[in-house]
Amino acid sequence: MATKTTDAAGHAAEAASAPGMPQLDFSNWGNQIFWLLVTLVVIYLVLSRIALPRIAAVLAERQGTITNDIAAAEELKAKAVEAEEAYNKALADAKAEAQRIVAEAKAEIQADLNAATEKADAEIAAKAAESEKAIAEIRAGALESIKDVANATTSELVTALGGAADDAEVAKAVDAQMKG
Amino acid sequence: MASEAHGAEEGGLVFHPMDQFIIKPLFGGDHIGLFTITNATLWMALAVVAVVALMVVGTRRRAIVPSRGQSIGELAYGFIYKMVEDVAGKDAVKFFPYIMTLFLFIVMANFLGLIPMSFTTTSHFAVTVVLALLVFVTVTVVGFVKNGAGFLGLFWVSSAPLPLRPILAIIEVISYFVRPVSHSIRLAGNVMAGHAVIKVFAGFAAIAVVSPVSVVAITAMYGLEVLVAFIQAYVFTILTCVYLKDALHPSH
Amino acid sequence: MEGQLAHIGAGLAAIGSGAAAIGVGNVAGNFLAGALRNPSAAASQTATLFIGIAFAEALGIFSFLVALLLMFAV
Repeated sequence: MATKTTDAAGHAAEAASAPGMPQLDFSNWGNQIFWLLVTLVVIYLVLSRIALPRIAAVLAERQGTITNDIAAAEELKAKAVEAEEAYNKALADAKAEAQRIVAEAKAEIQADLNAATEKADAEIAAKAAESEKAIAEIRAGALESIKDVANATTSELVTALGGAADDAEVAKAVDAQMKG
Repeated sequence: MASEAHGAEEGGLVFHPMDQFIIKPLFGGDHIGLFTITNATLWMALAVVAVVALMVVGTRRRAIVPSRGQSIGELAYGFIYKMVEDVAGKDAVKFFPYIMTLFLFIVMANFLGLIPMSFTTTSHFAVTVVLALLVFVTVTVVGFVKNGAGFLGLFWVSSAPLPLRPILAIIEVISYFVRPVSHSIRLAGNVMAGHAVIKVFAGFAAIAVVSPVSVVAITAMYGLEVLVAFIQAYVFTILTCVYLKDALHPSH
Repeated sequence: MEGQLAHIGAGLAAIGSGAAAIGVGNVAGNFLAGALRNPSAAASQTATLFIGIAFAEALGIFSFLVALLLMFAV
């Protein structure tokens, strides 16, 4: 049918358009098949010699790297946990140490304080005793003086009143008077 | 043909949907011998270039963290490798480079054919028939080498009732030999149909009133064809894997 | 006359494309129905889906081819 119409329309139309389906023009099948086989062989060689081993290697390497990285990450995580534990332990130790030092210092200060207080007490006591002694002395001195003054005054009074002052009698009377 | 002739006479609509598939010698002359460099040869060579660019040049850095080109190459590798492993079985992995070759050639030829004014090598039956026959011959040879006469068990459906088995065997044999036919015609037919339909819509664009619709239709068809280009390559490859599985494990 | 008959035949053969479309739709629709019932199994069956679609579509392509042959090669 195609040829008939083409014949009717003239050969110009045939030159301009396809002779039916180009796919069914068996005269060029040999050519296509030859070049197709060449193409396929080239692609096969390129793929099997270069591309596929390379990609397989890259994928394997990546898998290895990922596995390694995950292992490394887990190791680091374990290390981090360890470090945290160590840190907590150190912190606890430091706290205990600090408390110990504080307690020690407190005890020391308390001891010093006690010693100082004792010393101060002792000094105060000593001073107080001394002072008391001095006061007692002064008081004794004063009593003696009073006695002397009283004796003298009494003697003088007795003399002035016309009596004969006997020192022993006067002293005795003053003593009795002072005790009284 | 008649419509073309009439169109030319009337000066109206001119459809040449099949002209894009004409094979022409690239360097003059009109005789096509066995070794003549034709436009088909050129686009096959470009498919090789595209494969090399993707799989060799793209992966030349062997980067652990891949660049875009490398990750596409790796994606294709992983896609086909997984398909071979899942569909055809673990012992089919030694056919992986072969299947990868088929897939990459078809997918590259299909996509290159979608470039306007290009030539689609996979739209020719000469190409797809050879591809399908290669698969058919490989599968048959592998089947007999691996299983010996046991490969014929593929046609003897042992799960069916005994009287039915001879009839089923005939059907199985026929379907086995129809495989390369459907395998090749599916690919070429899909690709050719899409391109021819786009050309027909392009022919309608000559009418001013229809041309906007025509342009939209071409765009839509082009999108569909991009999808078909990949799906047909995928289907061709997965059917190869299925046939290979039959050859390696013929038991039903 | 013969040519016109061939064109009519091509048109009739093209009906097969529509039939293939029904088939492909059937495959995809049933896959979707099954996938929605059991989404976890869907991913493992996409290969089967494509194989089914390919087989259904191949027959449509055959009828398209017959149409083309009638148009251009008879």
